[in-house]
Amino acid sequence: MTATPPTQEQDPDEGAPATMSPTRTERLSAIRPKLVSFARMHLRNNAMAEDAVQEALMAAIEKDATFAGRSGYDTWVFGILKYKILDIMRYQKRQGHLQPLDEEGDDEIIDRQFRQNGRWEAHSRPASWGDPDAVVESQHFWKVFDACMIALPENAARVFSLRELMGLSTEEICRLLEIRENNCWVILHRARLRLRQCIEKGWLEGETS
Amino acid sequence: MMMCKEATRLMSLKHERELTLQERLSLRLHLSMCGACRQCDRQFSLLGEAARQYGPDHEADQHESGQHESGQEDDGR
Repeated sequence: MTATPPTQEQDPDEGAPATMSPTRTERLSAIRPKLVSFARMHLRNNAMAEDAVQEALMAAIEKDATFAGRSGYDTWVFGILKYKILDIMRYQKRQGHLQPLDEEGDDEIIDRQFRQNGRWEAHSRPASWGDPDAVVESQHFWKVFDACMIALPENAARVFSLRELMGLSTEEICRLLEIRENNCWVILHRARLRLRQCIEKGWLEGETS
Repeated sequence: MMMCKEATRLMSLKHERELTLQERLSLRLHLSMCGACRQCDRQFSLLGEAARQYGPDHEADQHESGQHESGQEDDGR
């Protein structure tokens, strides 16, 4: 069910123009795992994520000369990958492979965070994560963040990724996924509640142990 | 009187669209009285912040950041 034909595992250096500096090609190899995990969050499929990254790496090599250096090389490569991922999702949609979102029903995990009267359950009351700047500097935080993103239900992960990782507006997301905006808001609300609970658990436990 | 669950809905919604005056006021009132929701509000913002930083900047492996070349900015398209 992959959208693009599988490409062979190949070294990102392969086919690099002679003008491309070795530090760039090393850089590409170094960030490859991050690119793959980013792609996996959106596409939820390892083979497709690998394909997307492969295409992005090849595009980065081909277009090396156009990199202006203002945004930082990694950011530039991530930018390319974002477009590849969106292309794949649009392609999947045209092929009818993008599974429709239906998440109007109850969500037990969310319901369990609150009491009947709408107040927080004692076990899920949000606690302080400490200084936000320190949080995002922490390797541990990112490990927890990754794990919690992967643990999200597919719908929630896809919409949250498009909204917050890709920076699409909910209007654009609705068009891509063919859902109503209200539905999009509901999904995002639930995604945030799940994520914050999951991260809080992993983050605070990891810090104190 | 708005309860926590409804308050979290507005905390999330304000990241997607501007809240109405009524929504803003009831959220502000709730937050002024509820410490747990104030934490939640910060966490939702941090999730967005983290997501925006996700990718290139995460993992503190600072590399050669001094590469400045002139030319047109390319958005990777």
